Amino acid sequence: MRTVLRPLLTAAGLLALWELAVRASGVPPYILPPPSRVLATLWQAGPLLAEHGLITLIEILLGMAIGAVLGAAAALSLALLPPLRRWLEPVLVASQAIPVFALAPLLVLWLGYGIGSKVAMAVLIIFFPVATAFFDGLRRTDPGWLELARVMDAKPLRVLFEIRVPAALPALGSGLRVAAAVAPIGAVIGEWVGASRGLGYLMLHANARLRVDLVFAALSVLALLALALFRLTDRLVARLVYWQRETLPGSVHDPEGRSLA
Amino acid sequence: MSGGRPPGFTVGVPRLVLGGRLLFENFRLRIEAGRWTCVLGPSGVGKTTLLRLIAGLLPGALVVTDDGRPLAGRLALMAQQDLLLPWLSVLENALLGWRLRGERRSRAAELEGSARELLARVGLAGREDDLPQALSGGMRQRVALARTLMERRPVVLMDEPFSALDAITRHRLQDLAARLLAGHTVVMVTHSPLEALRLGHRILVLRGRPVQVSEVSAPESPIPRDPGDPALLAREAELWRVLAASAGAEEDESCAPFSARS
Repeated sequence: MRTVLRPLLTAAGLLALWELAVRASGVPPYILPPPSRVLATLWQAGPLLAEHGLITLIEILLGMAIGAVLGAAAALSLALLPPLRRWLEPVLVASQAIPVFALAPLLVLWLGYGIGSKVAMAVLIIFFPVATAFFDGLRRTDPGWLELARVMDAKPLRVLFEIRVPAALPALGSGLRVAAAVAPIGAVIGEWVGASRGLGYLMLHANARLRVDLVFAALSVLALLALALFRLTDRLVARLVYWQRETLPGSVHDPEGRSLA
Repeated sequence: MSGGRPPGFTVGVPRLVLGGRLLFENFRLRIEAGRWTCVLGPSGVGKTTLLRLIAGLLPGALVVTDDGRPLAGRLALMAQQDLLLPWLSVLENALLGWRLRGERRSRAAELEGSARELLARVGLAGREDDLPQALSGGMRQRVALARTLMERRPVVLMDEPFSALDAITRHRLQDLAARLLAGHTVVMVTHSPLEALRLGHRILVLRGRPVQVSEVSAPESPIPRDPGDPALLAREAELWRVLAASAGAEEDESCAPFSARS
């Protein structure tokens, strides 16, 4: 209970400070609205926010799913096929230096104003952390396990799927967590560059009409979505690597409470 | 035990240089069939390397068995670390070899039954479905022993299998291993003279560079031997002297950083 209450109290305190600062300084609401006003807008513009929020959510989830599958598949094929690794690994590493955001206008040009270009954007952003994290995990298998498998006359494919892949799942989990954190950014940037729906589109529009309260309202919905996505991913990852215990002192997850099934 | 009668074999290493150091040259060692051979020697002398050469994990050794068939596929390995897979249950870990060889489903029931029986014999009945992380170090090493036995292989190589355990647990596991591995051809690397005297039909000391082997006579009694036996204690003192002398020969080398494992 405390772990939930504490951050909420901190947030409430910050909001109160914001409210006080706005009231004391007399900043006009079209520059910086007080949180009470944002809250009112959230309530009034609820249906509008829900409609656009749903679009963004779909983009994020689709991007997350496709990006994770493609990233994991790429890592697996690199691990399976050494020639492929020699040719593609340097490219994969170098391609991370490209700021993917810069591709957003191109994606809109190619895939249009609809949902496609945003999903593609999210996929591109998610692909690299997932692929590199998983591949890193796949090639760092404990040599002791591999030698044991060799003495046991194990079949190579069995070693891959029974030892290397499970041993790399914690690394894949870290990649997925990073992906969950950046996925909303991808979708929103895509919407900023060119869209007719979505939270990013709504924010841009509200901004142009000096509806800063609506910008903040959309932003808070987006933050909620991102938070929920991160928590969900965290849960899924914890289930995926069920044998790993969190060992940091005072960690949020109770090590005994985690399912071992 | 399947895989036929345990074979004896001879390892020959013409020449092996590891990390810039000449470890083996014109090396020959005879391992007797169905007996425990314990290998002692200072750290870095090449004990683990010798096991890896026999296991075929390192190229460069010629292993000739008595029956003329290759050793590959007839040996099992037990290391100092238990090497349990943390995502598999105790039972699944015991069956790991069969799982990795892709054993047919028709044998699954028979294999599982025999794994359960083995786990019970090493005192882990009722823990079959636990994850390794729920077990103590001694229990984990017992699972590793069960996994090694489950391989049903006549030759077993052990690399300091009990050295990470506390004294009592080590003592019990030595008894257990001696009983369960009776009749196997066992090569065990150890750094404990007492362990070698408890379990070894033959006791070898490796020393020098390139490696020389000297044999210390082991007691005649059956294994596992009682550590309180006066004959054992007398020999332990002798073994310590031999070991201390062999370590002395290494002294000038010990300053050099070594990369190979002992």
